[in-house]
Amino acid sequence: MKTTRLSRRVFLKGAVVAGAGLTIGFDLAGSRRTLAQTEPFVPNAWIRITPDDIVTVIVGKSDMGQGVLTSMPMLIAEELEADWSKVRTEQAPAAPQVYGNPAIGGMQLTGGSTSVRSSWLTLRHAGAAAKEMLVEAAARQWGVDPAACTAENGAVLHPPTGRRLTYGQLTDTAARVPVPSNPKLKDPKDFKLIGKRVKRLENPPKVDGSAVYGIDITMAGMLIATVVRCPVFGGKAKSFDASGAKAVAGVRHVVPISSGIAVVADAYWPAKLGRDALVIEWDEGPNAGLSSARITAMLEAAAKQPGRVARQEGDAANALATAARRVEAVYEVPFLAHATMEPMSCTASVRADGADVWTGTQWQDGTQKVTASITGLPLEAIKVHTTLLGGGFGRRFEQDFVTETVEIAKAVNAPVKLVWSREDDMRHDFYRPATYNALAAGIDAQGRPLAWSHRIVGPSIAARAFPPLIRDGIDPTSVEGAANIPYAIPNIHVEAIMKDTGVPVGFWRSVGSSQNAFITECFLDEVAAAAGRDPHELRRALLTKSPRHLAVLELAAAQAGWERPLPPGRARGIAVAESFGSVVADVAEVSVSPEGEVRVHRVVCAVDCGLVVNPDTVEAQMEGATVYGLTAALRGAITIAGGHVEQSNFHDYPLLRINEMPTVEVHILPSAEAPGGVGEPGTPPIAPAVVNAIFAATGTRIRSLPISTHELRRV
Amino acid sequence: MATLNVNQREYTANARPDTPLLWVLRDSLGLTGTKYGCGMALCGACTVHLDGEAVRSCITPLSAAQGKAVITIEGLAPNADHPVQRAWAQEEVAQCGYCQPGQIMSAAALLARTPTPSDADIDAAMAGNLCRCGTYQRIRRAIHTAAKLAGGAR
Repeated sequence: MKTTRLSRRVFLKGAVVAGAGLTIGFDLAGSRRTLAQTEPFVPNAWIRITPDDIVTVIVGKSDMGQGVLTSMPMLIAEELEADWSKVRTEQAPAAPQVYGNPAIGGMQLTGGSTSVRSSWLTLRHAGAAAKEMLVEAAARQWGVDPAACTAENGAVLHPPTGRRLTYGQLTDTAARVPVPSNPKLKDPKDFKLIGKRVKRLENPPKVDGSAVYGIDITMAGMLIATVVRCPVFGGKAKSFDASGAKAVAGVRHVVPISSGIAVVADAYWPAKLGRDALVIEWDEGPNAGLSSARITAMLEAAAKQPGRVARQEGDAANALATAARRVEAVYEVPFLAHATMEPMSCTASVRADGADVWTGTQWQDGTQKVTASITGLPLEAIKVHTTLLGGGFGRRFEQDFVTETVEIAKAVNAPVKLVWSREDDMRHDFYRPATYNALAAGIDAQGRPLAWSHRIVGPSIAARAFPPLIRDGIDPTSVEGAANIPYAIPNIHVEAIMKDTGVPVGFWRSVGSSQNAFITECFLDEVAAAAGRDPHELRRALLTKSPRHLAVLELAAAQAGWERPLPPGRARGIAVAESFGSVVADVAEVSVSPEGEVRVHRVVCAVDCGLVVNPDTVEAQMEGATVYGLTAALRGAITIAGGHVEQSNFHDYPLLRINEMPTVEVHILPSAEAPGGVGEPGTPPIAPAVVNAIFAATGTRIRSLPISTHELRRV
Repeated sequence: MATLNVNQREYTANARPDTPLLWVLRDSLGLTGTKYGCGMALCGACTVHLDGEAVRSCITPLSAAQGKAVITIEGLAPNADHPVQRAWAQEEVAQCGYCQPGQIMSAAALLARTPTPSDADIDAAMAGNLCRCGTYQRIRRAIHTAAKLAGGAR
């Protein structure tokens, strides 16, 4: 679609309609205009049908591997009765008025596992409306009753006469048909595409090297930049000597920007050599003495005070005081880096009359806004071109790399591609928050849990990223997965304390649930052990009022053969976690060598994510999210010394490798409910499942991550 | 000016002899299929073939590649129909896809010397290639599939 068609009036109209959660109404085709014979049919902001029968679906989400460039078109093609072989996928421009995410305040933001959930009805309505217009168009051409026509496989048929017109043959007439206000959606039992293993439209270029990520953008006259930032968080350049950098052949500019000093060259390598030759004196600021030990002490001290109450049921304090048995524990998790395979990268061209930005962003209007603010240009003059994302996981929601690129491009008056090194990426992330957790549980004489108390202390993501999210002093992202534990325990008290540490924190795949599932599901295992109950049996007993949790728990346990004995040296652990509208249970099969080496052999994963759009994608996301969580559980840690991150590359922030990959078996619970999230919910349960299995294998209870920091011995 | 044979074509590149082959391919020749991931031979995203051997182009200086045949993902097979590429598509391996050119180049080198690799062979040959999306299970499956496809072609 040509962005020039998106007039301001249409934007506003779109915003009203989308905001009301109604059906469709993007009259972008300009139905009052006279159309040429070759004019495409553009019934709304998501669909363009050309006379060659190609149906192009414009996707307002970013694809970081989770497959929205296929799942969004599937939703439309299903209702449109399109011929899937003629469907193409295309990335939308920044236009939050049209493509804004109603699940995230109308921002054009891909996150929170919301894409299918928030588009499920909107896009189906868009497809259904277009289909009704095409049917009406055919009926007009034939002079028959539209009710006598049917649409299938990219064409309209008139069965009584056997006539047939393809969608491509109907574009001109369809463009003159009014947009229906209330198109009829299909009954899910009639779905032909939704629920099928559909091949990913965006994947073929990923096997021949032609796929374009932010780092691959290239254009005439483009320069390549690197930036040196103060290694200490919050530090600034006091002075710098550029003479060494400028002496490197190919270096064109050395420019100070808000985050540090940029070296701009003809290519990456001279930029890198120039950067190495820079001499900078830093003002390290107040964080110069910051260390992991100090941060731990800071969080621990803050935990002495009561927090803001996130959930209160019954009287946990009283129930704890009178319980037959009491269990107490402290759980801690470290900071974590996202470590996307593609380091941050962005290209910008800033001119007097407008600017273009090419990048793999998870937040198009965020990119547009920072560019407008730096350049002083109006928002409409900023074009955001979303490339494929070489991994996102929440990192590419941030605009730091965009800000740097636009500042540099403006300063040197040429198109500039900024390329972060792996070291930049590792040391200047917005990290998964480190947290300190004090837990207590009370058990009655019959071994039934009576009380649960959990105090969470950690830095707030929302405090920086979205302050309005904070309600009553609680950042909801820090208590998700903790305040909503599903277990029928009569007295529950969950509270949280926001404590800034000086380390920037951000959204990391599955956010609060990524650590809270570990903390709550491992502590529940401790409760089971103290009560002398089997961890699966205890969960089952406490989940009688949580049927979705119970169903995935039972499915995972059955598929894993929870009751079946394992070969010597192996043990199982189980965990269940709800996040982003889906519930996932994992059973991990683990061995610990006599030397204490942990090996995860098999993971059985059961997921209830509601109605499934593409089962192959769901399986892929569960497999991948498991690996993401497993890497973190086994060895993920960002540590701080002298105010800076100690890790720098994959030797000291090691990721799981293929030789360590367990078998991951994914079982999808059949469901007719509205879709839940898929990109993130697979991450939370793997850490507790593995840690609980290690307890079963060794008798050692691991209460802080990563596992690699603990000495283990097989019992 | 340095001359370089890439994908059976002669190129000249205006780069210092110590420039890593990766950046010559990407910035000088415009062959961006080969990816930067770590710059220290830790992740394998930059894997190319040098006289048939899988090497990490991020630590291979231009001078070491001169006079040798460099094959990148763009030149692995005409029409991208190498059995490994076909298998990757068939098994729907890629998620974000950024590491996959490197994975494919490593897998193609493995199959060239070990036509029917075991899981252990695959682990040994592919352990240098990181995938943050966690596609390892499908990579294993796809390599077995590629072995069959290549066998069928013989």
